[in-house]
Amino acid sequence: MSEALVPHQAKADTPRKRPLPGSWFARAIESDLFYSFRRSRLTMVATAMTVLFFLLAILASVLAVQNPFDPAQLQLMNSRIAPIWTADGQSPFLLGTDEQGRDVFSAILYGLRISLTVGVLGVLFSGTLGIILGLIAGYIGGAVDGLIMRIADVQLTFPAILIALLVNGVVKSVFGNRLDAMSTLVVLVIAIGLSFWVQYARTVRGSVMVEKNKDYVAAAQLIGLPAWVIMLRHVLPNAMGPILVIATINLALAIITEATLSFLGAGMPDTMPSLGTLIRIGNNYLFAGEWWIVAFPGIALAALILSINLLGDWLRDALNPKLR
Amino acid sequence: MLAFTLRRAIQAIGVMIAVGVIAFSMFRFAGDPVNQIVSMDTSAAERAAIRQSLGLDDPVLVQLGRYFANAAQFKFGVSYQFRLPVADLLKERMPATLELAICATILAMVFGILMGVYSALHRDSLLAKILQAISLIGISLPTFLIGILLIYLFSVTLGWLPSFGRGEVVRIGWWTTGLLTISGLKALILPSITLGLFQMTLIMRLVRAEMLEVLRTDYIRFARARGLTTRAIHFGHALKNTLVPVITVAGMQFGLVIAFAIITETVFQWPGMGLLFVQAVQNVDIPIMAAYLLMVSLIFVTINLVVDILYTVVDPRLRSTISRPV
Amino acid sequence: MSVRQSLLAAAIVSIVAFAISPASAQTLRYANQGELKSLDPYTLKETTTIAHHAHVYEGLVTRDKDLKIVPALAESWETLEPTRWRFHLRKNVKFHNGNPFTADDVIFSADRIRAKGSNFLTNVPADAKFVKIDDYTVDVKLDSPNPILISQWDGWYIMNKKWCEENNAVAPTPASATTPSYASLHENGTGPFMIESHQPGVKTVFKANPNWWRKPEHNLKEIIFTSIGSDATRVAALLSGEVDVVEPVPIQDIQRVNASGTGTVMTGPEIRTIFLGMDQVRDELLYSNVKGKNPFKDIRVREAFYKAIDVELIKSRVMRGLSTPSALMVAPQLYVLSKDFARPKFDPDGAKKLLTEAGYPDGFEVTMDCPNDRYVNDAAICQAVVGMLARIGVKINLLAQPKAQYFAKVLKPGGYQTSFYMLGWTPASSDSHNVLNDILGCRDDPKSSRGEANLGGYCNKKLDEVADKVLQEADTAKRDLLIKEAFEIAAKDFGYIPLHQQALAWGVSKKVKLTQRADNQVLLYWATKQEE
Repeated sequence: MSEALVPHQAKADTPRKRPLPGSWFARAIESDLFYSFRRSRLTMVATAMTVLFFLLAILASVLAVQNPFDPAQLQLMNSRIAPIWTADGQSPFLLGTDEQGRDVFSAILYGLRISLTVGVLGVLFSGTLGIILGLIAGYIGGAVDGLIMRIADVQLTFPAILIALLVNGVVKSVFGNRLDAMSTLVVLVIAIGLSFWVQYARTVRGSVMVEKNKDYVAAAQLIGLPAWVIMLRHVLPNAMGPILVIATINLALAIITEATLSFLGAGMPDTMPSLGTLIRIGNNYLFAGEWWIVAFPGIALAALILSINLLGDWLRDALNPKLR
Repeated sequence: MLAFTLRRAIQAIGVMIAVGVIAFSMFRFAGDPVNQIVSMDTSAAERAAIRQSLGLDDPVLVQLGRYFANAAQFKFGVSYQFRLPVADLLKERMPATLELAICATILAMVFGILMGVYSALHRDSLLAKILQAISLIGISLPTFLIGILLIYLFSVTLGWLPSFGRGEVVRIGWWTTGLLTISGLKALILPSITLGLFQMTLIMRLVRAEMLEVLRTDYIRFARARGLTTRAIHFGHALKNTLVPVITVAGMQFGLVIAFAIITETVFQWPGMGLLFVQAVQNVDIPIMAAYLLMVSLIFVTINLVVDILYTVVDPRLRSTISRPV
Repeated sequence: MSVRQSLLAAAIVSIVAFAISPASAQTLRYANQGELKSLDPYTLKETTTIAHHAHVYEGLVTRDKDLKIVPALAESWETLEPTRWRFHLRKNVKFHNGNPFTADDVIFSADRIRAKGSNFLTNVPADAKFVKIDDYTVDVKLDSPNPILISQWDGWYIMNKKWCEENNAVAPTPASATTPSYASLHENGTGPFMIESHQPGVKTVFKANPNWWRKPEHNLKEIIFTSIGSDATRVAALLSGEVDVVEPVPIQDIQRVNASGTGTVMTGPEIRTIFLGMDQVRDELLYSNVKGKNPFKDIRVREAFYKAIDVELIKSRVMRGLSTPSALMVAPQLYVLSKDFARPKFDPDGAKKLLTEAGYPDGFEVTMDCPNDRYVNDAAICQAVVGMLARIGVKINLLAQPKAQYFAKVLKPGGYQTSFYMLGWTPASSDSHNVLNDILGCRDDPKSSRGEANLGGYCNKKLDEVADKVLQEADTAKRDLLIKEAFEIAAKDFGYIPLHQQALAWGVSKKVKLTQRADNQVLLYWATKQEE
């Protein structure tokens, strides 16, 4: 699981390392100083938050007081304890416990891990799929291009949540009822991946169309470089900026989609909850006055998505000076 | 022009057939409908008889062919749960969904444009910053969370607005409307906000970006040079130019709004097609699920077709504006 | 007038009509988790539907507030001989369309409920022959004595022969009907309410029947029923006063509703028993890491599971005190001797020892099937069980699913695909024999319907023999002892792990008074509402 997270962590760090100083500097000079400062400070906070969330997810097993996925560690006796600062609070349950005696803080950490895993893997899957299809469509052109782009057109009009629900249904019906929690996670990744590939494909295809008529491509073709080398080494890097923007925004969308599916009961099971599952469970206890079971996972989810969105927002503006 | 329209229409039909095959095949194999329509102590023989009468034992291709032939005549079969023709159920539920979707879209357009214009003209004001922040929150909070929050706040805590259903509806022909009664209008408010919020933030951001862009164009500079008032420039020229892509986007998004109503309708128990769909999924009501998918696809494909054609008629350059990732 | 003008006029008229119609003084708004699907009373045997139909249809007998069988359309009855019953019908009863109620309707309904397509075949025994003596007397002849003949007749509603014939609805509407029958969209009963409008799955409006033969206990003019599937929304609707009665209220919200000042929650024990079952038939479990043998065939393993589960803790934590831990597979209200039974003590150490003796010192792995939208806190109970079994080393993979998928997998048509499961059962006859036959009976005879809901296939021939004697025995005291004998066999075998009877929880507005019946049928003909 952590293997999957590491490459993305690098990705999350990237904007801070590379494009940030240059464009930040340029922006500070050419436009309103105060505004830019405010904007980038917000961005820095968002970046820090995003990194923090990833760290929390990676270090979940170290930071958590219990493994909420291990039923033997849950004590029913400890169920529905209020957060520690309230009168009924009890150590070590920082944010209280739910109806199964699950520590809410630990559950959020592990849930975060699931949400981010699904999100990152979903983005990687959809990105890979979209890039490959985009390259094929752009490079080969003709009927293949027409077919891929037509599928893309149609799919773009369908909301991801509907597609994800459908894919989820198909996989579940094919595999029957034998899915355990881990395979559900894989299904979610596939469902989300299949819902979000279109934008990558369109962007990459656009870049390919522009680049493939340039002289250097013709030259590369002349010296006999295979098509895939040209595409991967020369054409693709030109599209990396927009792809990064899409990936960041889609990460937030993927997390929302996963949460919604889990909320509707089509996602992660109660025994291995993601943030969406925690909110679904907690929502049942909202009116009962046990607000902490839903509030903290809700806040965590909102903060996570907000941070990633801010990051993506800024990234898009930074890479698209036209908008500023 | 005619050839283009024709080609697009044929493509649209192709898409519909593909969707039909997908709809049929996935829903045919998901879950066992028989268990849904009998009680637990029904004997195995009775169950087998029901299977047979539903045609679930026929070869798959036969079932597919039968499904297509019927769908072409708007016969989607009979709902397993309600034992009523699916077409009737959809017809009955459609007004609820359409009213909700239209209200949400209008709400999103009005407030989205107002907020977008304001934040473009007063980029650095505090309110603009707050609006930007709200728009980010609108995107960051999942729909279900917004709905739950609104219900908790306005229905349960304050008791101002109803939390479920359509209120009192008036029947005009086969259409039912909640727009003519007080309770119907009140019931419409929270779901419309929930459903429209995402669209609103989208439109606000789009308007803001478009306005900023238009304000920088030469044509606005010339207008300024001509000595027109700021008001006339902003609303007579800049906004007018902004509205075309905004309305186009809102139009294209309408299909999305209808589909997103699934979540909103579930949270507010709004008796529309989305809720029908969710209930159908829970009850493995294959005919309803398949018909809903076909209906939604039909709406999407139609909107796309119309937009495509309008593009070529109105302004081919618009395409590049729209496909920018928003 | 143009179309537009007339539309406008229609709209104005409806607004005015809406505005001047008397306030909802005696209009009761009721929301249930489930939907009212068909109006045909023989289509779907399901508690909520049967209760809805009870407002418009009536049977020969009915059950009173304490679930006792009392006369309804039959004024009285007697057993002329063990195989011959005589029913005296009530005179001057009219169906909603004005047709008089006579013996012909009874005989017609007896045929209709047992015809192909009916979901209520077992309510009226197949061997019962109905003979008309005169317009208001009907005899029922049986092949063999059956002391519980009328135990399920409260769910057998009488339909009007003439009306059915006129509307081409003589045959019952099967659950699988591909065209809706007239009877599934319309009603013609004798009951206290008539249906004014019916939008399946959305809203049904009941109007009081002014010509009801009985003096109404309710003071309602109309009942507006809506279906609200979401728990949170349903509770919110009650709290904001949009509805007067909701069923069910999730138990975690009971306190809040009671504290709200708007409504109260009526709670009481339901007669549904929640229990766990284990696959004792297969030689190797479908879902387990134990290969080549079936651990549940070993009585020590079953006993260990039983003793590892702390049902009191489930009661206090998961059910918030609203459950009645049960030693029996039937509710105490339905069986007088149930207090003679006690659960074996919760004993995790003993359980661990038993597992070791059985050859599983480190436990084993097994998948548990569980619904997550059928019973009160079903998935939460299963999760708690998973935790408790984890402590004796048994690793449970919990598969909690919506009831649609769950039942498709574990019931007979799905091939009983389960190793360990949770189920709830309410005997339709309100009688122990139903449990002995359907749940505890061997299912090894494919021709017999015995044990059809015995998903784990627990089997003890001795129990079956006793159960057969129970069916024939007419003497109540002797019969109760036979039932006791049968239940003792099952308890000794640890064939099942009964958990508890869950609680009923109806949310009722402060303005409404209502009677709660233990079978969870919400019967609003006992409701009164204050003037607003």
